[in-house]
Amino acid sequence: MRSVSIIGVGCTKFGERWDVSLRDMIAEAGVLAIDDAEISGEQIDALYVGNMSGGRFVEQEHIGALIADCAGLSRLHVPSTRVEAACASGGLALRQGILAVASGYSDIVIAAGVEKMTDVSSGTAADALAAAADREWECFFGATFPALYAMMARLHMRRYGTTHDQMAAVAVKNHHHACYNPIAQYQMEISIDDVNHSPMVADPLHILDCSPISDGAAAVVLAPTEMAKKLSESPIKVAASAQASDTLALHDRRDLTTLDATVHAGRAAFVQAGIEPRMVDVAEVHDCFTIAEILAIEDLGFVEKGQGGQATEEGLTALGSSLPVNTSGGLKACGHPVGATGIKQAYEIALQLRGEAGRRQVDEAEVGLAHNVGGSGGTALVHIFTR
Amino acid sequence: MAKGIVSYGVYIPRFRIRLEEIARVWGDGEEISEGLRVLEKSVPDLDEDTVTIAVEAARNAIDRCSADPKRIGAIYAGSESHPYAVKPTATIVGQAVCSSSSFTAADFEFACKAGTAALQACLGMVGSGLIDLGLAIGADVSQGAPGDMLEYTAAAGGAAYLIGSQDLAAEIEDTYSFTTDTPDFWRREGMPYPEHGGRFTGEPAYFKHVTGAARGLMKRLGTVPEDYDYAVFHQPNGKFPLRVSRMLGFSKKQIEPGLIVPLIGNTYSASCLIGLAATLDVARPDERIFVTSFGSGAGSDAFSIRVTDRIDEIRCGAPSVRDYIGGGEYLDYAMYARHKGKLRV
Amino acid sequence: MTTQAPRFWRSIPQRYNLSGTHCKRCDEYFFPPRNLCPNCRRGAHLEEYTFKGTGSVVTFTTIYNATEEFEKLTPYNLAIIQLDEGPKVTGQVVSCPGGIKIGMRVRPVFRILGKEGDRGIIYYGTKFAPLVEPSCEDEKR
Repeated sequence: MRSVSIIGVGCTKFGERWDVSLRDMIAEAGVLAIDDAEISGEQIDALYVGNMSGGRFVEQEHIGALIADCAGLSRLHVPSTRVEAACASGGLALRQGILAVASGYSDIVIAAGVEKMTDVSSGTAADALAAAADREWECFFGATFPALYAMMARLHMRRYGTTHDQMAAVAVKNHHHACYNPIAQYQMEISIDDVNHSPMVADPLHILDCSPISDGAAAVVLAPTEMAKKLSESPIKVAASAQASDTLALHDRRDLTTLDATVHAGRAAFVQAGIEPRMVDVAEVHDCFTIAEILAIEDLGFVEKGQGGQATEEGLTALGSSLPVNTSGGLKACGHPVGATGIKQAYEIALQLRGEAGRRQVDEAEVGLAHNVGGSGGTALVHIFTR
Repeated sequence: MAKGIVSYGVYIPRFRIRLEEIARVWGDGEEISEGLRVLEKSVPDLDEDTVTIAVEAARNAIDRCSADPKRIGAIYAGSESHPYAVKPTATIVGQAVCSSSSFTAADFEFACKAGTAALQACLGMVGSGLIDLGLAIGADVSQGAPGDMLEYTAAAGGAAYLIGSQDLAAEIEDTYSFTTDTPDFWRREGMPYPEHGGRFTGEPAYFKHVTGAARGLMKRLGTVPEDYDYAVFHQPNGKFPLRVSRMLGFSKKQIEPGLIVPLIGNTYSASCLIGLAATLDVARPDERIFVTSFGSGAGSDAFSIRVTDRIDEIRCGAPSVRDYIGGGEYLDYAMYARHKGKLRV
Repeated sequence: MTTQAPRFWRSIPQRYNLSGTHCKRCDEYFFPPRNLCPNCRRGAHLEEYTFKGTGSVVTFTTIYNATEEFEKLTPYNLAIIQLDEGPKVTGQVVSCPGGIKIGMRVRPVFRILGKEGDRGIIYYGTKFAPLVEPSCEDEKR
């Protein structure tokens, strides 16, 4: 198996992009990544694109061929594959790209992600997202995504004494980080009070505990590390790529306050990379809801189980601390175009490790981690990157 | 062969609206509640309809006597508010309460007496030996147009009776019906609310048919009102059953245990069956109950019932009518309108 | 008008009466029914089992913002309930004006779960409500 590196990255502005289509965004992100890698279309061996629900959001399936076409690669007949794992579709596309390069089947591969969510009403969007839960045995009874995470939050609060202020601290921190990220959807500060007084979505989660509905696309260019050294001045090495599954329905889980898929993918990734959690300098974790970031930093081993809320409240995961989490603003404030999120995480980590993250730059970042979750934890992906 | 009630069960949604609240909205005087002798009426939850009410009542009937649902050979569901115009309520109830598929089923509609018509059909099936146990249901989430007099009383509830020939909790000694073509109240296909003939629903409709059936049955049996410990009449309001009982020679004391309309309103197909259930809740072995339903259109079914020793064994197996009447949650008219789907969105 | 009648019809036994499976080999109960026991896999001895429907609230939420299908029902309670036989299920909890609590005992009730608009079929099935004993029983004690 060959070592794989990232040689180029690109990401569109995230947000309510009324003026652009899914096609426009994927072309924009692809061109940015290819420009960054300084390669040409003829060099591309394969495309992998993460997209959760083109069918529901823009009534378009067959996204693989569409992407190749939009990227101007149709006449080169480059194989293009769409992968789907709900909100982890981007992370999964990245992993498929890595596997293709590592196996030797392909040399230069584009891994991309895209979602256009604002062409439908918020009710339709909520329903499309709910399809990532168990349609028959959760959604059929009225479950929504915020509701599933709210039930995890309720139990976490009960078991570990986590407070809503601690959850709100995740949102406050990530909004603060997003102020330094030009592609972020919400570049504005919020307070604990703002979160606590925002409308309730699913008790105890308020609207400001939730990631938004967003449009956006991101892409990275992958190459064998040997080749990457020649093609790029600052390649980012993929030190680990791990994926794990769990039951589709939340109620079937071993423990409702732990995402076992995250635990397993995290452990496998740390073994592959030969490092320990404390050696990570910067992490992008899946904060689709504030409670999700608390669960993530516990399940990845950055803090003890039950300590995630307190750690966040104490600022241990803020920019300037020993482990800044979600410097991009996370899903919460950078935005969460579901298929694009996993790729955007890799984009952010690549910028951090290259020292190109501007005002949100983590000093001397050498090891970065990206954690992407599908659904309420049915799929988790963990990638570790090094300089 | 003696035949009759093996078990019974009721269900009444827990929401209530006071008549004075409805009167407040339509600018009617508070005396309307006094005139109708109804204080409040039951209102279904947002996710309740005739089917869900029928299932809850049927489950209570089966649980009360721990009957083996496999014995049920017929299910007849009476209602004037079946959720489907075509597709039976009875099949849904059957799937929810029976563990086999070998039963016959049909929906009945006869305004407020569809439930007693279902009961008679079960008696016939049991009496002829075609089935072992029959399940007769009267359930409604009745509709009254906003501002119409009906809105003051149209309520929601259900009652289910297991009819058989063994282990009777009450024997049905005889039944007699009185039926004519009288257009006092109707709802045309596709219309959301029923129409009615105002005072025409009284004398030529309710009173003529109830007295016709009641007198017919007593004449056939050679009984008089004094032979009965209790009497139950259809309860479209609190006034009519009192008046008809006086006309027939029954006392207020006889009808009181079964007079539930002041606290839950008119539950249409369930009305006199819930009244009978409330009476069975308190009746002692060997006591006799006289029951007469009324359905607009129009007809009445009268029953002469004798309670057996078994009543004491099954009484506590399921919630009583009083269990469902206490502890309601009151709605204002706006919430009531939402519950009844009166707000078109 | 589109209907999902076959899809709903297939799971009527589970929706109406919580019909699941029990593996006689490892003695674990499953809801919804499983074709394969995750413990014993092909060595399993699965049999049909209808759950009593009583259980306890493990965790819950009140939903204020729902999908289009459930918008008319908000706010409503959703909970994960551990059935007395072991498995956990997701379901709505109705009729609890006193509020819903972790550990609260519940029983099954028959309700409308959804509708295919004004013209399609009606999905009936199980929700949960606080467990109350008939008053008659109290008098006996």
